[in-house]
Amino acid sequence: MTLSLCRIDDRLIHGQVVIGWGTPLGAQLIVLVDDAVRANQWEQEIYRMALPHDVAVEFVNRDEALARLREWDADPRRVMLVTGDVETMAALVTGGEGVIRRVNLGGIHAGPGRHPCLRYVYLSDDETSTLRRLEATGAVITAQDVPTTTPVPLHRLRG
Amino acid sequence: MIDGLQGVVIGHGGLAAALVTAAEEITGVHGVLVGISNRGCDRGRLEERIREAIGGRPSVLFVDLQSGSCFFAAMSSLKAMPDLRVVTGVNLPMLVDFVFHRAAGLEAAVTRAREVGEKAIEGTR
Repeated sequence: MTLSLCRIDDRLIHGQVVIGWGTPLGAQLIVLVDDAVRANQWEQEIYRMALPHDVAVEFVNRDEALARLREWDADPRRVMLVTGDVETMAALVTGGEGVIRRVNLGGIHAGPGRHPCLRYVYLSDDETSTLRRLEATGAVITAQDVPTTTPVPLHRLRG
Repeated sequence: MIDGLQGVVIGHGGLAAALVTAAEEITGVHGVLVGISNRGCDRGRLEERIREAIGGRPSVLFVDLQSGSCFFAAMSSLKAMPDLRVVTGVNLPMLVDFVFHRAAGLEAAVTRAREVGEKAIEGTR
């Protein structure tokens, strides 16, 4: 089974991910690719405590994710992969030999140098360039916070 | 703000503000509860909002959803604040009760919030 959702969300795992997407997709495994959480046992425990019992979670850093992308792509479970920033997802798309073909911009909030694109997506010029470069290689990139909203293609984003 | 233990309600969208307003309307007591929304916040900004709302006071942080961003930000805050406790699944009855029984202290407030919150849920036909 292919990865069900590959999402960039600076809130990492939260309600929209677990409930909004996880329920309709029937997610059985959430992979969080985040170097800081990977190194923090306390944070990991909090996530484990809060997730539904039938949803497994793995915490990996970027290198570990690159090494295991094919494994998750072939996993019989429905897998969602989440990164906290554009740069990490870009590394997985470009280094992942075509495993990640679609990227969901789920939540990238206001920050220094970022311009508003949607209510829940703010991008810096560098982040926009990175996403356009990924798109040029064939990745389909859309913004969509929850499944019930209409996906917005990258080229339609303001800013 | 009234002295002593305060309640900070944190929730998705406009929920926290609405719960605080409703609790104040029912009890007539103002200044005990503060509401925080996660709207427009990444994790770091949400934790900032929690720190600002708590302001160094002993507080019970009432969270709406256990698997949500508010919960994760609350739990991260817990580590750095010894006079903070977290209660999940906030509902109006537990907030109304908290307003009148917060003098009992942190631990008692958490136990009571849990009991009152659970007891308030009934299924009827």
